[in-house]
Amino acid sequence: MRARSTAFALGVLALVVLPFVLSDFRTVQLASVGASFIAILGLDILTGHSGQISLGHGAFMAVGAYTTAILVADHGVQDVWTIAAAAAVAGGIGLLAGIPALRLQGFYLALATFGVAVVLPTIIKKFDHFTGGSTGISFFGSPHQTGHGVGVTILGRHLTNNQWLYVLTWAIGVAMFVLAWWLLDSRFGRSLRAVRDSELAAASAGVNGAAHKVAAFGISAVYAGVAGSLLAINTAYVSPLSFPIQMSLYLVVGAVVGFFGSIWGAALGALLIQFLPDIVGLIPHVDTKQAGPTTFAFGAVLVALMLLLPIVLRGYARLR
Amino acid sequence: MANFLQQVVSGLASGGIYGSLALAIVLINRATGVLNFAQGEMATLSAFICWTLLDHGWSFWPAFGVTILLSFVGGAALQQAVIRPIQGGPLLGVVILTIGLLIAINGLDTWIWGGAARQFHGPFSTAPIHVGGVAFSKQDIGVIAMAAVTVVLVGLLFNRTKLGLGLRAAAANPDEARLAGVPVPGMLAVGWGLAAALGAVAGVLAAPSLFLEPNMMQTVLLYAFAAAVLGGMDSALGAVVGGLLLGVTLNLVGTYVHWVGGELRLAVALALILTVLLVRPSGLFGRPTVRRV
Repeated sequence: MRARSTAFALGVLALVVLPFVLSDFRTVQLASVGASFIAILGLDILTGHSGQISLGHGAFMAVGAYTTAILVADHGVQDVWTIAAAAAVAGGIGLLAGIPALRLQGFYLALATFGVAVVLPTIIKKFDHFTGGSTGISFFGSPHQTGHGVGVTILGRHLTNNQWLYVLTWAIGVAMFVLAWWLLDSRFGRSLRAVRDSELAAASAGVNGAAHKVAAFGISAVYAGVAGSLLAINTAYVSPLSFPIQMSLYLVVGAVVGFFGSIWGAALGALLIQFLPDIVGLIPHVDTKQAGPTTFAFGAVLVALMLLLPIVLRGYARLR
Repeated sequence: MANFLQQVVSGLASGGIYGSLALAIVLINRATGVLNFAQGEMATLSAFICWTLLDHGWSFWPAFGVTILLSFVGGAALQQAVIRPIQGGPLLGVVILTIGLLIAINGLDTWIWGGAARQFHGPFSTAPIHVGGVAFSKQDIGVIAMAAVTVVLVGLLFNRTKLGLGLRAAAANPDEARLAGVPVPGMLAVGWGLAAALGAVAGVLAAPSLFLEPNMMQTVLLYAFAAAVLGGMDSALGAVVGGLLLGVTLNLVGTYVHWVGGELRLAVALALILTVLLVRPSGLFGRPTVRRV
């Protein structure tokens, strides 16, 4: 516990110092790392602690992102207030999705959620009067965009737009991390793991397995919804192309890199999602102007981790 | 009426493609107990290999034969290299690993061949033939015929040969199969090799009508899953019948239910997957699994 508190304090300290030493461009990159971080936390709760896989978590992110975009662009709600709405809408849909998920185990849940990720862009395009179709929704420079894409003054200090996005994302990111930490250490978290390890044994100890699994789906979707909302605020734009199947799959890569189920590794996974393209670019004679090498590296990292790292193997041994 | 028949015929043709990829998925599932999410990308890779051979001036059938052979070897090698170490571990570990393969192969295709769509000249002409107001091509007939031939071959292999018996035994009960003298690791490799070869057939069949590019099989994979689920996940006949049924259903729904149109075909396939899994998980042809508590 002591080591964890120290790690947490160091992490927060690093988050405070970084914007002072990094360029504006790196700062906004770290803001999107923050969004992935939150989404991976959600996936950790769902897959690592309740044993239910989701290959379609990008769908909940899309729900959050579109909630924000529609509220800001069409209903004139200030962007920061839409984050709570995005959490609520995504969470509600997550709870509903959790009910049929109870009947789909192992392979079949993977298959169904994979299908959701594949189908998602076509659904967004179909409801175009609502979602703007393929063009998407932009609210850049809207009066309800905090800072209007220029910058914000907080407590007498001027922040560039990118610094503001960083502060917003990571303030929420840290809060949601603490929430996950508390939740997973609580009685609820222990029950969740008991259900994952043996639903029958948990039931005989008086734990309602179905309710816990559905709740995990809902909570996980809240995280994804917030992450999606923050992504939308970061770019002030959403379109069906913002949520391709790759996004859902890369989240799985991120969660595995972060030692599946350990919320402490989530930052590592989120950093990888953002910076793997740069790392691949460092390899001589590899042309990263096209997506091929980077995509290949994502897949190769995932395969290698599943095979090599015993610590990850131990992590996924819990995924039954 | 002519339009109805037209939709049925072209539905059967695309259904043949779904069915042949579904066959590969079902075969791996039956022979190794794994749901392979990389099956579509493996098929695309095979189609690219075939394209490259054709591009080097090979004629179609030798190129096709070599592609199938290479795919078999590649599939078996892949199983030995990455699947074997975690085979028998938790199912979801294997799922995540095949997701890794999906991403890696997709990246590899883009890396080597680029993202642009290419024309792929198959063995059958795509020029339309008109019979009683219904247009179809030799390609359509060829696809359906090839799907039919492969399902018969797979059926014979599994039910009439010693190899098939070994494959089934290795999947159903590895420990007892080993005691009975079945070389289990070899069988699992053969299972992956066969599935990769079937995938190659599906990829080469699909390429002339879909155009060859790295994401070619991504949506086909979902249709193939739908076909496999509809057919019951462990039935070869079910996979192909499921594929044909799905192809026709999607076309008819797309034509006559205007709200669905062309855009929601994928969503219909997903709805079908969910409905079958929730209502009748054993599909049309599968055997219900009984679990002892």
